[in-house]
Amino acid sequence: MKYEKRYDGRKFEEMRPMSAEVGVVKNAVGSASFTIGKTIAIAAVYGPKDLFPKFLQNPKSGVLRCHYNMMAFSGAGDRVRPGTSRRSKEISMVMEKSLLPVLDLQDFPKSVVDVHVELIQTDAGTRCAAICAASLALADAGFEMKDLVCAISAGLIGDKVVLDLDKQEEDFEGGAVDIPMAIIPRTGEVTLLQLDGEISKEDLKKCVDFAIKGCDQILEVQKNALKAKYTEAKK
Amino acid sequence: MITEEYVQSLSKLGKRMDGRKFDEYRNLSIEYGISKKSAEGSARVKIGETEVIAGVKLDLGEPYPDKPDQGSIMVNVELTPLSSAKYESGPPNINAIELSRVTDRGIRECGAIDFKRLYDKASGKVWLVFIDIYPINSAGNLFDACTIAAMAAIRDAVFPSIENGKVDYSTKTKTPLPLQKLPISCTVWKVGNELLVDPSVEEESASNSRITVVFTEDDKICAMQKGKDEPLLADEIEKAVELAFKTTKDIRGHFKK
Repeated sequence: MKYEKRYDGRKFEEMRPMSAEVGVVKNAVGSASFTIGKTIAIAAVYGPKDLFPKFLQNPKSGVLRCHYNMMAFSGAGDRVRPGTSRRSKEISMVMEKSLLPVLDLQDFPKSVVDVHVELIQTDAGTRCAAICAASLALADAGFEMKDLVCAISAGLIGDKVVLDLDKQEEDFEGGAVDIPMAIIPRTGEVTLLQLDGEISKEDLKKCVDFAIKGCDQILEVQKNALKAKYTEAKK
Repeated sequence: MITEEYVQSLSKLGKRMDGRKFDEYRNLSIEYGISKKSAEGSARVKIGETEVIAGVKLDLGEPYPDKPDQGSIMVNVELTPLSSAKYESGPPNINAIELSRVTDRGIRECGAIDFKRLYDKASGKVWLVFIDIYPINSAGNLFDACTIAAMAAIRDAVFPSIENGKVDYSTKTKTPLPLQKLPISCTVWKVGNELLVDPSVEEESASNSRITVVFTEDDKICAMQKGKDEPLLADEIEKAVELAFKTTKDIRGHFKK
């Protein structure tokens, strides 16, 4: 099945409008919100603090722990049951893997840094939004980081390679491939890549290229959010 | 401990840590439709630095056997670890459960929603109203914030349409929920020998007794809950009810007409 024109009129390599804000949860050490289209994620960082139970401690480094959660009313259809699910646990795990490469937690042995992410409204791309928000929140918390992490999904809808799929596109009758990716913009390293669907090697390469380009725009939004808070603070 | 003693000693001087009067609320704001795409109704409430989000989801389900023609509500408060270093992940603890139940009672007992009009004749099913409440920043007075957020989200909500006896979430109708009342809660806290409203986190931990009073717009009390360890005198309860009455009137003014 052919996909001629995007449902919301975007160009194939165009992302939905984004916005970000830093310092949205006053109680947290660092926090941020990240909005892309209608997907809204809020992240808050707590720690470093002692990690219990003790056997989880790493004597050489701090441990990063992510907690991804969709609010009960944030799903497209039925209410999402509160509490962890297999899906939320896996996403939490891949978030940790995607963020760790830019972090250095060696100064915090036996400690844990908790990143809590809540989704208020979702329209696909939630794990990517969660990673963008989490990386901003970690920066806001003042952790030394090699770079921010930018995440976006690319994919195939019908026969077209597109960037930043929304829910309606993911549900395209003719089949859709969704590839969420997280990228360290400065080095181009990929820290998250998942794929479901069926795609050719050539199209996959195009998707990765799309995502890497898209990350430049995300990085801009993230930087501006940090600048907005910290230039204000300087004054 | 030190902060708690400080808060108590201040109260003897007739003062609060942030300089407010005992009956003075922090700035209250209500924002509607913050999860329009996903939820049937939603709202964000800020009281000073406290921020709470509530969302309404509707589902068609089987009625309870003893009330075959009535829908129902379910209120759930999650004390998200995102909102405070004091909260932990995991199943709701007793504090979250008490918050959920007190909020639920205030809305249920005054008939804020007409349960009979939640009955769908065509399918013989009833609407179940799920109200989920999440603190984003927990900085005191969650009891009031939760009820305000829940009522704002309910007022924001519209029914989704029904397609062959099933809910079609993608098409919303313009029909709001059948609302009859607007219950508003005010929790009065005893710090030292003083009664105060809208406490900060420090004041909450310095307090040994609180009482929540929920009022409807026709000046009736529809739910109460006395909390924490120490007792209250009948005289103090009377004063607390008066204070709550005055405060809920002010809060009600913040709702859109």
